[in-house]
Amino acid sequence: MAESLISVSNLYKRYGSKNVLKGVNLDVAEGQVMALLGPNGAGKTTLMRIVAGLARPNRGDVTLGGVSLGKAGTELRRYIGLVSHLPLLYDNLSGWENLAFFARMYDMQTPEPRIEAVLHAVDLWQRRRDAVRTYSRGMLQRLSIARAILHNPPVLLLDEPDTGLDQTSSQMLHSLIRQLGASNRAILLSTHNLDRALEWADSICLLRDGKIAYQASAATLTGASLRQLYAEASAS
Amino acid sequence: MSVLLQTEPNNNALVAPPSLENQPVQMHTGGGVGAYLRKVGAIADKDLRAEIRAKEVFSTMTVFSVLAVVIFGMAFDLRVAFPTSVVPGVLWAVMLFTGVLGLNRSFGAEVDRGSLAALLLAPVDRSAIYFGKLLANLFFLLATQCITLPAILVIFNVNIFQTWILVSLLLGTVGYVTVGTLFAALSASVRARESMLPILLLPVMLPVFMAGTKITGLVLDGKGLNDIQRWLGILIAYDLIFLVVAFLVFDLIWEEL
Amino acid sequence: MSTTTLPQRTLARTNGWATAQVVINVLTAGAMATLMWASLLYAKDAANLAGVEQTAQRIFYIHIGCNVGAVLAFLVSLIGSIAYLITRKLDWDRVTQASIEVGTICALGTTLSGSLWAKPTWNTYWTWDPRLTSITITLLIYIAYLLFRNGIDNRQTRARFGSIYALIAFLSVPLTYFSARWFRSIHPVIMNGSNPDAQGGFGVGETMGHTLLVATVAFSLLFCSLMFQRWRQLRLEDRIEEIREEIE
Repeated sequence: MAESLISVSNLYKRYGSKNVLKGVNLDVAEGQVMALLGPNGAGKTTLMRIVAGLARPNRGDVTLGGVSLGKAGTELRRYIGLVSHLPLLYDNLSGWENLAFFARMYDMQTPEPRIEAVLHAVDLWQRRRDAVRTYSRGMLQRLSIARAILHNPPVLLLDEPDTGLDQTSSQMLHSLIRQLGASNRAILLSTHNLDRALEWADSICLLRDGKIAYQASAATLTGASLRQLYAEASAS
Repeated sequence: MSVLLQTEPNNNALVAPPSLENQPVQMHTGGGVGAYLRKVGAIADKDLRAEIRAKEVFSTMTVFSVLAVVIFGMAFDLRVAFPTSVVPGVLWAVMLFTGVLGLNRSFGAEVDRGSLAALLLAPVDRSAIYFGKLLANLFFLLATQCITLPAILVIFNVNIFQTWILVSLLLGTVGYVTVGTLFAALSASVRARESMLPILLLPVMLPVFMAGTKITGLVLDGKGLNDIQRWLGILIAYDLIFLVVAFLVFDLIWEEL
Repeated sequence: MSTTTLPQRTLARTNGWATAQVVINVLTAGAMATLMWASLLYAKDAANLAGVEQTAQRIFYIHIGCNVGAVLAFLVSLIGSIAYLITRKLDWDRVTQASIEVGTICALGTTLSGSLWAKPTWNTYWTWDPRLTSITITLLIYIAYLLFRNGIDNRQTRARFGSIYALIAFLSVPLTYFSARWFRSIHPVIMNGSNPDAQGGFGVGETMGHTLLVATVAFSLLFCSLMFQRWRQLRLEDRIEEIREEIE
C-alpha cells in the first residue's frame, strides 16, 4: 500500500517574476489523505493547479502513478478529480445534465447508473432535475464533489472543499473522504480549518512561502501543537 | 496502478479504475476520431441546451440586430433613393456587430464560473473544445440571421432571399465564427474583454466583409455566378486558411489557465 | 547571483549594445539628413505634373519611406511572434512589441502623408485603394495588438496571446489586400506594371530614383534604430520588474 500515487518533486513556479513555489517535494501514497495547510499566498492553490495539470511548473515534475504529468497526453487527465473553490459547473443546466455532460467528456459507457450512484452519494438525487443556478452554496459544493468523483479517479484534489459548507454538508464530505480514502486512492486536500485537517487527513503538510515548512503524520499531532506550528509559520 | 495508468491511446480499450462502491466505471480511452467528434458534439450540445434554458445570447443578439436594422433604415431613408445600394452594407455590418455579442458570452461565461477549468481537466483535446464552441456559435449566428433577414426585407423592401446571397452569408458566417471563436478564447480572461473582442476581430474580418457586400451587391444588381465567383473564392479561402491555423494554434492558448 | 557582479555584468552588457546603438543612430541621422536634401533639392520636379501636384509629389519620398518602415515592422513582428511561439524566449516577444510600436508610427505616417498627397492629386483625402486599405487595416491591427497586450497581467500569457493575435491578424492582411485590389484602384503603380485607371502617375527619372533609394535606406535605418532602442528599453523594464520582485 505504500506505493506513492502522487509524487511531486522539486517543484518551482513563477508567476511573472513572483516565485510562488520554491522547490516543493511531496508524496501521497495509495489510500492516504494528505492535508495541505498554510496561510493565504503560501502556494496551496498553485500546487493543486499544477498537480491537476492546469498550470505548468517552471522546474520540477509531478508524476501520477509513475507517469510524468509533463510528458503524458490527455489520457492521464482521466485519473484526476478536482474540487476547487469555484463550483466548475454550468448554471443553466440541471444537476443531472451537468454530470451527463462530463460523463460524455470522459467517454463513460452507460453513465446513467454511475450518475445515479454519485447523486445519491452526495444526497442530490431529489434535486437532480433543477437548474444548478437554484442550488444553495452547500449543494453546489456537493455537486462539484459528485463531478470530481464521477469518473472514479484514483487521484483526488480537493482545494478548500469545506469553505462555505453547512454542518450537514461538511459531515457528508467527511464521510465521503473517509470512504474514498479507504479504497486505493490518494487524496490531497487543502483547508484553513486545522481541526478538520487533523480529523480528516492521515498526514499534514504545512506550506509556507512556497516551501514545505513542516510535514508529519496526523497521528503525531494534537490540535494545540498544530496550532502552534501554524502560528509560527504564519508569523515569519 | 501502473496497468491502470497506461496512457497509450489503445483504441476502444476498456479501463476500469479501482472502484469505491464496487461499481466499475467503464471508459473508452483514446477513442480516435469517433470519440473526438462525440466530444465536439457534446460541447456544442451543452451550449445549445444551456441557451435554450437561459435565452441570454440569442435574445440579446436578435434584439440588437433588429434594432441595428431599424437604425440603419432611419439613417439612410432620408438620403438614399435606391435601398439596394445600401442593403449589402447594412446586412454585413449588422452581421459583424451582432456576432460579437454572442462570441463574448461563448467563453466569457465559462471563465466567470470556472467551468472552463473543468473542461480543460477532462481528457479532451483543446481543439475539440474549439470546434464544439465554433459549432454552437455558428448555430447562434445563423439563428439570429433568420430574424435579421426578414427585418431587412420589411424595413428596406429589398428581397435578399436569393440563393447566392444566402450561400455567401453561410460562408461568411463560417469564417466569422472561425476567427471569432479563437479571439473570444483569447480575450475571455483579459480585462475589459467585452470591448476588446470587437477591436481584435473587426480589422481581421475585413476580407469577409468586402467579399460579402460585393456578392450581395452584385446579386441585387442581377449578376450571375460568373461575376461573383472570385468573391466566393475569397470567402472559401478565408474559411479554409483560418480553420487550419486556428486548429494549429488553439492548443497554445490554455497551456496555462 | 551576488550583488557585486550583477550590476557590473549588466553594465558590461549594456555598454556593448550602447555602442551599437550609437553607431546606428549616427548612421540614421546622416541618412535622414541626406534624404531631406535629396527629396527637397536634389530630385528634379516630376516632368508630367504641374503646379500644386508637382510640389506635392515630393511628399512621395516620405510617404514611401514611412511605408518601408511599416512593412519592415510588419515582417519583423511576424518573425518575432512565430519565433516566440516556438522558442518561448521573451526576447522574441520584445522584438514583436518593439517593432509593432515603431510600425504604428510608420503606418500612421504613411496614411497621413498619403492623405496629404492624395488631396491635391486625387482631390480626396481618402479612397478605397488596396494599398491604402491594407496599410490602414495593418495600422488598426497594430493598435489592437498594443491595447490587447495592455489588458493582460501575466507576462508569459501576454507574450503568448500577443504572438497568437499578431500571427492570425497578419495572415488576414494579404487577403484584405487582394479583396481591396478587386475594387477599382486609382493608386499610381510606380515601380512596375501599369494601371490604366491610375491618376497622378509620373515617370521616375534618374534623380528621383536616387532619392527613392535614399528614402528606402534612411527609413530602414530609422526603423532599426528606433526598434533596437525600444527593444533594449523593454528588456530593462522586465529586468527592473524582476529585481523589484526579488527585493520584496
